[in-house]
Amino acid sequence: MATTTLERSFWQALPKPRARTGFWSWVTTVDHKRIGILYFWTALAFFLIGGVEALLIRLQLARPEQDLVAPDLFNQLFTMHATTMIFLAIMPLTAAFFNYFIPLLVGARDVAFPKLNALSYWMFLAGGIFLNSSWVLGGPSDAGWFGYPNYSLSEFNPGLGVDFWIIGLLLAGIGTLVSGFNFIVTILNMRAPGMSLMRMPMFAWATLVTSFLIVFSFPVITVALLLLLFDRVFGTVFFDVFSGADLTLYHHLFWVFGHPEVYIIVLPAMGIVSEVLPVFSRKPLFGYSVMVFSTMLIGFVGFGVWSHHLFTVGMGPVVNTIFSLATMIIAVPTGIKMFNWIGTLFGGRLRFTAAMLYSLGFLALFLIGGLTGVMLSAAPSNTQIHHTYFVVGHFHYVMIGGALFSLMSALHYWGPKMFGRMLDERLGKVAFWTLFVGFNLTFFPMNILGVMGMPRRIYTYSAGMGWDGLNATSTLGALIMAVSILITLYNLVTSLRNGERAPADPWDGRTLEWAIPSPAPEYNFARLPNVSSRDELWVRKHPQLAEGAAVAASAESDGPAEPIAMPGGSYMPLLVSLGLFIAGYGLLYSMPVFVGGIVLSLLGLIGWGFEGDNMRIIQPGGEQ
Amino acid sequence: MSHSSHAASMPAGAAAHGHEHHTSLGIPNHKLATWLFIASESMFFAALITTYMVFRYRSVVGPHPDEVVNIPLTTVSTFILLMSSLTMALGVSAAQRGESKAVGRFLLFTILGGIGFLVIQFYEWWHLAHHYGLTWNTNIFGSIFYILTGFHKAHVIFGMIWLAVLAVSAFRGTLRREHAVHVDVAGLYWHFVDVVWIVIFTVVFLLTEAGV
Ligand SMILES: [Cu+2]
Repeated sequence: MATTTLERSFWQALPKPRARTGFWSWVTTVDHKRIGILYFWTALAFFLIGGVEALLIRLQLARPEQDLVAPDLFNQLFTMHATTMIFLAIMPLTAAFFNYFIPLLVGARDVAFPKLNALSYWMFLAGGIFLNSSWVLGGPSDAGWFGYPNYSLSEFNPGLGVDFWIIGLLLAGIGTLVSGFNFIVTILNMRAPGMSLMRMPMFAWATLVTSFLIVFSFPVITVALLLLLFDRVFGTVFFDVFSGADLTLYHHLFWVFGHPEVYIIVLPAMGIVSEVLPVFSRKPLFGYSVMVFSTMLIGFVGFGVWSHHLFTVGMGPVVNTIFSLATMIIAVPTGIKMFNWIGTLFGGRLRFTAAMLYSLGFLALFLIGGLTGVMLSAAPSNTQIHHTYFVVGHFHYVMIGGALFSLMSALHYWGPKMFGRMLDERLGKVAFWTLFVGFNLTFFPMNILGVMGMPRRIYTYSAGMGWDGLNATSTLGALIMAVSILITLYNLVTSLRNGERAPADPWDGRTLEWAIPSPAPEYNFARLPNVSSRDELWVRKHPQLAEGAAVAASAESDGPAEPIAMPGGSYMPLLVSLGLFIAGYGLLYSMPVFVGGIVLSLLGLIGWGFEGDNMRIIQPGGEQ
Repeated sequence: MSHSSHAASMPAGAAAHGHEHHTSLGIPNHKLATWLFIASESMFFAALITTYMVFRYRSVVGPHPDEVVNIPLTTVSTFILLMSSLTMALGVSAAQRGESKAVGRFLLFTILGGIGFLVIQFYEWWHLAHHYGLTWNTNIFGSIFYILTGFHKAHVIFGMIWLAVLAVSAFRGTLRREHAVHVDVAGLYWHFVDVVWIVIFTVVFLLTEAGV
């Protein structure tokens, strides 16, 4: 920032974190790898919370007419389960891998704005804690993850639950938005010499397109949430029907964000699978450039289909038809990707590691998620199965079968690089099969239940509807999934303690992250790589594969080994988030506290600008 | 373990500017990030302006937009804001020539333009509230009118604080030629806020006056 040019002794004297290890070193870190690890553990904790909420929902629905969970608590559970899983578990888990691996994959020493990156994490944590604190401060929102008015207005929802939900999402949203800017600039601007856009690993492409989706869609939900918040807190009348409001405006604003959000979750998943399949097939990714353009096409068309969530509000046949067709068009680039992944596997020397199994699981399950999506995209059939368990089945095949399976794949594939230890393969495979079986037992019956007419979001149902067996099966499946998650947790914890130390390149990898030690040193690359190929490391390991005039990639052409300046830590990102976090409570409880929080946050920003970068010079080379 | 030492003697920011020089696209990181920020902000205001368009004549009780907009007054404030974009552009050009004091002067004029704009617009708020009884609780037009123009004002104020920080460092002579990009990105933001106002002026004021 410009303000660093003001070299005033006062600001220079601001406390600068010096700790290299221990608690404060983590709290003040701006290292993308440490931030990635913070994202990982925090998101895992929220994932477990969301998982417990899901189990309670399934236990309540295991048999007809149960009263294990009261109706209003049930509504809070499905609201918080969805919000937590989407915003606090799946997205931050992808962010964990963006953070740790994007600089490594494009050959950079950090992200473009390390301090902003820390801010992203703290805003995510602030939003997550704020949202979940509503459990003990009067109860969370019960208005669904979409929070449609007028049900979410104070008149019908008088507690503070919806306010906690709005402010929590706004806080976390700031973090997401900031990381969107950061990763676009990192990917476009921080690439190593020779790393042209069309040489970037697919995960980097997926992150780039995802970040653009974030940058364009998050401001829209911000507006929707702010309008709702102003109605609730300041008495504006945006969604007051008696004042002439049109509630579908909120629906549109929400889904202009909500549909791209699906791709914000799924594109990184596709990116992960596109990294894992080539490595364990010992083949380059089939149809790389087509994959790149399909990713962009999915991102682009994904912005023009939101109204398929509103087929039943009465937009008329013409609009419904347009949005049906636009939605079906997305199946084309997605189908292309499917065939490319199969093409990658075809004729490959397959190794069925845990990471590979999860990626193959993704292919099978995401296919079902995609096909049920096409069924939903047809407006006539949508009116029949809208708001039934068919929809719940469909999006869980996308969110779990797609996103979670790929994240599990990433954990087993990239975990050794992040944590420096190998995960137990045998446990990994057991957990995979358990999850695969449990998942299908849980969610396939929902497709059938939906067609039979079981509505979503009901807290119980009568016996004799013919739904009993399928619901019991579904709950059994959920318990099996829980067992799988516990096996993975056990694997993670014991492997990080006692696992085999991870070598630099445990999987015979193809991309740059495997060229450096595990875990990656603070500066990533002692010498910045000079890239000459899409599968840079692979070509370095097999120089005879370099094609035509392209000189065989080699370490000789890499950048010089010289002292590296790395940014040191800073208290300011934490301070800014803390201020906004406090201001959030202030808005609900006390205006002076609100002002105090904002002031704290502004002080953090000013300190941020003036404190300088706290640069440290590192002499690489001590590692080997 | 790596051998590390704290570079206490390094001037703050010097190393940070080191990685500004080599970017893959040749665009400074700050500038690229500012463009992305502007893209995102465009979606933000697009959603608000859409809300205005959908809601403006849906109020069950008045006052309605065509009864209250004050074209002459708002034209003056729009003109002032436009002129502040001109002084901003001159400030950026001075920064690129390394004329620190001139940068400070032009930024000061820009901030004064922002103040002039805000004074007139806040007066209009006061006028609407007191003469027409229009508040954000009155009707749906009032809600979106105050929220839309209020968020724009907040952006103007944020921009003025940003420019003030730059102006201070310009008058101190520490804003050297190599920092021109900082003035440049602040200028991008300022022009953006200006453009948003042109759209709001057109949609909220001119269209209403034209009866569209
Ligand atoms: Cu959708």
